[in-house]
Amino acid sequence: MNNFGYARATDIADAVRQVAADPEAKFVAGGTNIIDLIKDHVTLPSRLIDITHLPLNRIEETQDGGLRIGALVLNSDLAWHPQVETRYPLLASAILAGASAQLRNMATTGGNLLQRTRCFYFYDTSTPCNKREPGSGCSAIDGINRMHAILGASEHCIATHPSDMCVALAALDARVLAIGPGGERSIAFADFHRLPGDTPHLDSNLRADEIITAVDLPPKGFARNHSYLKIRDRLSYAFALVSVAVGLEIDGGTIKEARLALGGVAHKPWRDRNAEGQLTGAPATRETFARAADTLLRGARGFGHNDFKIELARRTIMRALTQAAQGTPQSQTDKRVSGNVR
Amino acid sequence: MVQRSPAARKQAEKFPTPAKMAVTLHVNGVERKLTVAPWTTLLDALRLHLDLTGTKKGCDHGQCGACTVLVDGRRINSCLALAVMKDGAKITTIEGLARGDALHPLQQAFIDHDAFQCGYCTPGQICSAAGLIAEGKARSADEIRELMSGNICRCGAYPNIVAAITEAMGKLKQRPSEDGGP
Repeated sequence: MNNFGYARATDIADAVRQVAADPEAKFVAGGTNIIDLIKDHVTLPSRLIDITHLPLNRIEETQDGGLRIGALVLNSDLAWHPQVETRYPLLASAILAGASAQLRNMATTGGNLLQRTRCFYFYDTSTPCNKREPGSGCSAIDGINRMHAILGASEHCIATHPSDMCVALAALDARVLAIGPGGERSIAFADFHRLPGDTPHLDSNLRADEIITAVDLPPKGFARNHSYLKIRDRLSYAFALVSVAVGLEIDGGTIKEARLALGGVAHKPWRDRNAEGQLTGAPATRETFARAADTLLRGARGFGHNDFKIELARRTIMRALTQAAQGTPQSQTDKRVSGNVR
Repeated sequence: MVQRSPAARKQAEKFPTPAKMAVTLHVNGVERKLTVAPWTTLLDALRLHLDLTGTKKGCDHGQCGACTVLVDGRRINSCLALAVMKDGAKITTIEGLARGDALHPLQQAFIDHDAFQCGYCTPGQICSAAGLIAEGKARSADEIRELMSGNICRCGAYPNIVAAITEAMGKLKQRPSEDGGP
């Protein structure tokens, strides 16, 4: 691996001070992504600032009845937290659909948000990549792009955000808390990650001198009617081709509130307020689900190898909505896809 | 000697070599003091500095599970952990599971069920299974398969691995270890 220095942050203010003082320094917590990126020479930090000793590993109830998840809470601890299992099973399910047990024991909440794309050109330093080296070009658009984006891509980048957890957090309207030299701010999840546009090197709107301290969940968890359905090339331990997080509030067969977020299809977890608006107030039927899927995918575009993802996404949306409406969420252990679309 | 990429050469020119650091690891119940560079992974510290070569380097990218060890009782990929970040931690490797000549129930079960062919993934499989049993979340064969998906076996010994873990899990539940260890 390449040389880098190492420093330990003593408190949050010290962490912010250290990262602000050295633009080439990076935070490290679980290390599951950044160590890999350093090994592949994709990221070359001057030093890593170890934030694992900061007091950010608690899960506590907020005043409004929601949950505050410290940035250093491990993915496995979050997925298996009693409050998350019972009140936010959509989040627990999405986390358990991602990575492996070992990686979930290392990876943190904040780090999950900040992980980089797994686009193979981004990792291959012998190829052009606008995300790795702005202005060098995108190798994926005319290259091997089976895993790549079908929504919100640009001529500069068609990479996808790889997280499962973030798809559930987007559906749940989570908020991200960050502290920088100017103090603390709360960022709506929809505003946290960015579309590539002409600045694909920027994954999120977090500033270089800010640190994520927590993720806040609102009280509403859609525990009764939810599902996280992830479609991938093998049944476990693979990134999503398409994943769908659904949360519904249903009263007498009518959808009162709907949340629908997609993973594996865009540079950020993908939500479409128009599609959710079509679900709201409508009967929970196949026709309603089809209309919402068509709305969400109306601007979808394939780049050759990933053309199949548009139809795959349509079917995954309908199946996940059906599972949620029936109260039979997808199991992350029994891999048979439940919920026949009638 | 490994050919360094242009980016790595640039890096070496830009940043001077940082000082090595003193780290204490409690490995298999023995306190080990070592001096490592910041970029030394826990895997390399175990294999190259402490001569504990039971832990295997497979992909070195967190994709195969061959490097799985237990850190403070939890299974992790040692190839993605920095040794300097594990200062003071309790680490259990495959070398630390047996009690003298008595094999750990998982080791015995892997032999009894012929749960390996080449054996390269086996230390990681067994350490991962020890972590899985300690977590207490797997109750069925399906759940074992899902929660063991971070350990790849190129020989495809999966059915026998699941059988071995199922048997050892039953035995360990009946008779938990006295020191609460794996």
